[in-house]
Amino acid sequence: MKLTEGEILQTYVVDQVELPIQTERRLEALGLTLGSSVTVMNKKKHGAVIIKIRGTRFAVGKYIGDHIQVRKGA
Amino acid sequence: MGKELRVGFIGNPNCGKTTLFNAYTGANLKVANWPGVTVEKVEGSFRYKDYQMKLIDLPGTYSLTSYTMEEKVARQCIFSDDVDVVVDVVDASALERNLYLTLQLIELGKPVVMALNMMDIVEKRGMEIDLHRLPEMLGIPVIPVSARKKKGLDILMHAVVHHKDFSEKAPLIHHHDKAEKESTHLHDHHKDFAMVYSDEIEDKIDLIKNALKKKYPDITKSRWHAIKILEEDQEICARYPLDLPQVLDKSYESRIINEKYDFIEEIIGEVLVNKDERAQSTDKIDRILTHRIWGFPAFLGIMAIVFFLTFTIGDWLKDYLSMGIDWLSSSVGSLLESAHVSVPVISLLTDGIIAGVGGILTFLPNIFILFLALGILEDSGYMSRAAYVMDGIMGKLGLSGRAFIPMLLGFGCTVPAIMASRTLENRQDRLRTMMVTPFMSCSARLPIYVLFSQMFFEDHAMIAAYSMYVLGLLVAIVAAFLVHVFNRKNSDYSLLIELPEYKAPSAHTIWIYVYEKVKDYLTKAGTTIFVASIIMWFILNFGVHGYTTEISDSFGSMIGRFIVPVFEPLGLGYWQIVVALIAGISAKEVVVSSCSVLFGMGNVTSPTGMTTLMGVLGGMGFGALNAYCLMVFCLLYIPCVATLATIKREAGGWKWAGYAALFQLVVAWVITFLIYQVGSLVI
Repeated sequence: MKLTEGEILQTYVVDQVELPIQTERRLEALGLTLGSSVTVMNKKKHGAVIIKIRGTRFAVGKYIGDHIQVRKGA
Repeated sequence: MGKELRVGFIGNPNCGKTTLFNAYTGANLKVANWPGVTVEKVEGSFRYKDYQMKLIDLPGTYSLTSYTMEEKVARQCIFSDDVDVVVDVVDASALERNLYLTLQLIELGKPVVMALNMMDIVEKRGMEIDLHRLPEMLGIPVIPVSARKKKGLDILMHAVVHHKDFSEKAPLIHHHDKAEKESTHLHDHHKDFAMVYSDEIEDKIDLIKNALKKKYPDITKSRWHAIKILEEDQEICARYPLDLPQVLDKSYESRIINEKYDFIEEIIGEVLVNKDERAQSTDKIDRILTHRIWGFPAFLGIMAIVFFLTFTIGDWLKDYLSMGIDWLSSSVGSLLESAHVSVPVISLLTDGIIAGVGGILTFLPNIFILFLALGILEDSGYMSRAAYVMDGIMGKLGLSGRAFIPMLLGFGCTVPAIMASRTLENRQDRLRTMMVTPFMSCSARLPIYVLFSQMFFEDHAMIAAYSMYVLGLLVAIVAAFLVHVFNRKNSDYSLLIELPEYKAPSAHTIWIYVYEKVKDYLTKAGTTIFVASIIMWFILNFGVHGYTTEISDSFGSMIGRFIVPVFEPLGLGYWQIVVALIAGISAKEVVVSSCSVLFGMGNVTSPTGMTTLMGVLGGMGFGALNAYCLMVFCLLYIPCVATLATIKREAGGWKWAGYAALFQLVVAWVITFLIYQVGSLVI
């Protein structure tokens, strides 16, 4: 499922990222690599989400959140 | 002079790098708790023992690829001869993410010393870091420091001096016995490098290294270059093209990043005890401040408090200051009269300089409180939350929530706000943000609102003034939307921003921040406004026949009358107001200071001055509606000279500054026209 569909305070595993290469690499540099775990801290109706990756919180917009596929686990 | 040692400070955004830098150099650099504060490299120097230490503060960055402006600046600087030793400032409370940059720095091959900052937060959370094991695994010195409490500063510099020659490399101790035994790779790298990749990658690195050395015999740091070529780094691939189709069959960047993070997980597993066990207060606060429903009202409430404090406490203090200025003006006047100084000179001093500059000084308390509040917001970590909360609205305007930070800073001063738009990656977004940021009501416009709303709106003064901030925000939003509609170039407006831990604002940081702003304000009063007041006095006291006490014969009156017809439909068809508005382009406060000079009053901002000015204006038919129109026009019209110059520099050309000025003039005219015409019908 999409990251934006995640539930608040649930932790997911990153399955797939389909974003422009530049954004994808930036996310990887921040620690959002395939197989890493990500917790949804908060989200808004229009799709922006706050996530925690490797101990740091990031706010990501709808476009990015929609293109990160995650699954339950971890 | 001792030997010079150049030290580059680098680290993730929000790791306390600039605070640490300031602790050494004492430089009053701005530190804020949102990414992108250090947008240019900043230098400072001091003496340490026999060395002249030259410190370079590099932009905060998460990695050293060549994707963003900050990364490119940082990488080029470290790689060049400008840096002898790299100090990697690490936020110990976010060790896992910070180590990614550390591994890249070590790979780069320059001497690296780690400054482990924010250990107090680590302790507070009940975590512990094995300070013995960490340097063993990384092969670099690790020095715990506290940038805020100025602890560990000496020992860090000691390590820098000691570590400057790479030959004294610290020993690497890994427990990779199994991996080493199973490895089919020709060399055992675990004793040489902190970061050792999988066999496949290491084989490729060796092949590329050999090819590089053959083709480019002068190349240094061949391992780093080989890794970059495997990652298909644009800059390096263009500089050192290689023809190795079997080795370079695809980009290995993702693999390399993943393997680095695997190693980081190993390090974390060995050195970090009690990882993240306590519920963090930041999460609790964020549950409200970034709540899907409450986040927006919370933001409005916070801004309302900021302006409420600015107007109430500020106004209360302002009355005392204006009494002081009144007293100064009358004492100087009577002193000079008793000394038989000529009338024009007394007039220049009291009606020109003291009235102009003094009038502006009385607003210092308002400005002080506004910046104090903004400083607290910035340092506490709220700014990037505002970007998240506003992301939905900004998205509809085709901008990312991140563009809201420059706009919010525009409430303070437009100049740094425009500079903050640099953190936006896309040039289109930057330009659009620059065009709309000046609509956000800056502190220089505050004196105009305070003066005219107090005169004409009495009990509702605060509402009238607050409405300016709301109007400015609305106009900025509508303008951004219109530009978006007419120019739908594909811009990448998806938000990606770090939300740092909330922290109690540091008194020292806030003090530096407010001090800088107040100093700027006073400097402006002493320079721009001082000169503008003298020029104003001159054009109002001299006419074609020389010195005149009849203001209607003056040059100012002539210029004003010439332009008055344009301002008639806005309810501002008074030559004095027109002259004040023109003068206001030098700095917006000048509109107020020139009113003192224009209407020949010692201090228009004092209670008696305001009553007199109101009488004079009332006699001219200038009422509450006109006053409101004046406030609106001042809010929206041409930004001050300093802002225009900043737009020119940031956007790259006077063309953009010209567009901005023209755009805002037209917007100001149209909106004021509508308000005046509709208002006249209603009232």
